[in-house]
Amino acid sequence: MSGIGLELLALQLVTGVALGAIYVLLALGLSLIFGLLNVVNFAHGAFFMVGAYVGVFLFGLTGNFWVSLVLTPLGVGAIGLAVERVLLRPLYGRGIDYPLLLTFGLSYVFIETIRILFGLTGMRFPTPPELRGAVNIGIGFFPLYRLFLIGITAVIVFALWYFIERTRYGLIIRAGARDPEIVRVLGIDVSKIWLLVFGIGTGIAGLSGVLAAPLQGITPEMGVPVLAEAFVVTVVGGMGSLAGAVIAGLLVGIVVSMTSLFAPEMAKVSIFILMALVLLVRPRGLLGRAGALG
Amino acid sequence: MLTIDNLSAWYRHSHILQGVSIEVKRGEIVTLIGRNGAGKTTTLKTIMGLVAKSTGAISFDGHSILGRPAHERFHLGLAYVPEDRRIVPGLTVEENLRLGIIASASRANETQMIERIAETFPRLKQRLPQQGSTLSGGEQQMLAIARAMMAEPKMILLDEPSEGIMPILVEEMFAQFRTMKAQGTTILLVEQNVELALSLSDRVYVMDQGVIVHQDSAAALIANPEIQERYCSV
Ligand SMILES: Nc1ncnc2c1ncn2[C@@H]1O[C@H](COP(=O)(O)OP(=O)(O)OP(=O)(O)O)[C@@H](O)[C@H]1O
Ligand SMILES: [Mg+2]
Repeated sequence: MSGIGLELLALQLVTGVALGAIYVLLALGLSLIFGLLNVVNFAHGAFFMVGAYVGVFLFGLTGNFWVSLVLTPLGVGAIGLAVERVLLRPLYGRGIDYPLLLTFGLSYVFIETIRILFGLTGMRFPTPPELRGAVNIGIGFFPLYRLFLIGITAVIVFALWYFIERTRYGLIIRAGARDPEIVRVLGIDVSKIWLLVFGIGTGIAGLSGVLAAPLQGITPEMGVPVLAEAFVVTVVGGMGSLAGAVIAGLLVGIVVSMTSLFAPEMAKVSIFILMALVLLVRPRGLLGRAGALG
Repeated sequence: MLTIDNLSAWYRHSHILQGVSIEVKRGEIVTLIGRNGAGKTTTLKTIMGLVAKSTGAISFDGHSILGRPAHERFHLGLAYVPEDRRIVPGLTVEENLRLGIIASASRANETQMIERIAETFPRLKQRLPQQGSTLSGGEQQMLAIARAMMAEPKMILLDEPSEGIMPILVEEMFAQFRTMKAQGTTILLVEQNVELALSLSDRVYVMDQGVIVHQDSAAALIANPEIQERYCSV
């Protein structure tokens, strides 16, 4: 271990946080959707992938990364709204496996559609010029784009927290997650909450797709491993817990980045080992509990 | 105010309500009594729109409401306090109260309404920031009633409000119902505490096995222990 300096370790930790940022965003959407709609969204990885493609398309069209960054989540969220309204809504109240199978099938529809539209081979999504290079963060030089990733995730997490904990809609969402029937009795059309939540969750998945694109390039299948990882994060954090999604996302990012430093061949399996360990000690995940939306 | 005509309701394949007709006039307190399992809760749920399958007719304040979703019935001025209170866990007392007016057109009055409710229920006033689920059973019942009153409904459906609550609180609560009636709220009450309910009500319906078996003025039923014996004793 003497070969590895403290700085390198610290940098690797920050790298882990940046990696975790994407997981946080994905797991937030998954948890939100599960917590309210009781839908295990197997299309979440596909929404992520569609986000990357919509992002590259809009980037190509406008030549402006920031425009693409704002419009992509809106576009993907709009697809999410349509999916909830048309496909998922008829399945509520029929057991958890119906929406699960539907979204599973839907993910293949998305992948195939993207293959038809954009081709089988991947594309590159260049890092926007203003976010290239590295900056000194005190412990060494760190890629600016990854710092940006951490920053924007922090903004989204804060915005979501504020929305849910501090606004009128947030109160309705929290109540709806725990007792949809009483919410209906108090005059609220719960189907509108579910629609909104699915739109928000998939919109954030789309956003994480654009954000991840410059790091890894984009292919129609890029959402498949991401979905598995996002599920691990959600399970580690506790299904339906938003705070759990944030903590577990960062934890998983750090674990992956640390194992790739010390035992690169273990990096891929490390998160599954982490999941197994967490579940052994806390079967509900870190912050999971009976009620939803912690 | 509320006219129920030949109402039937089902849970899956069990036919629970089998042609129920009830009439509640504006400003009345009407009580529905009957044994456990008679169908009283099912009646209230069907009025509120929480039972998936029902036939017949329900007219509320001039609107035909059968088949309309629960949230629309709320907006017509109907409120429902369920048997199990349904205080939303994870929300404070104040948030539970706010939920009662959040969808209402009078939402702008939220703060005044919470103040007014807090005056009416001093026990809740001291506990506004507390988690709703940590209240005692009686306090939770108060909160459930207060929450239903937040939007100033025209009519309120109350399912066994006295259940599991100590007598002194029950007295307090029933005094509150009298005030509500005096302020013009129509009440349909389901009660096991027959004596107390009768003292409060204008008229009474007796239900057994999904049908109305008797109806009378409260005064007449008080004088008719035989009916009370036959349909209400356990
Ligand atoms: N969700 C349900 N699914 C199936 N059957 C139900 C359901 N709820 C109630 N029932 C049945 O419907 C009948 C009427 O129940 P209901 O709750 O309306 O009675 P109740 O008069 O309110 O009784 P209690 O005085 O015990 O509250 C009972 O036989 C009950 O078992
Ligand atoms: Mg009952």
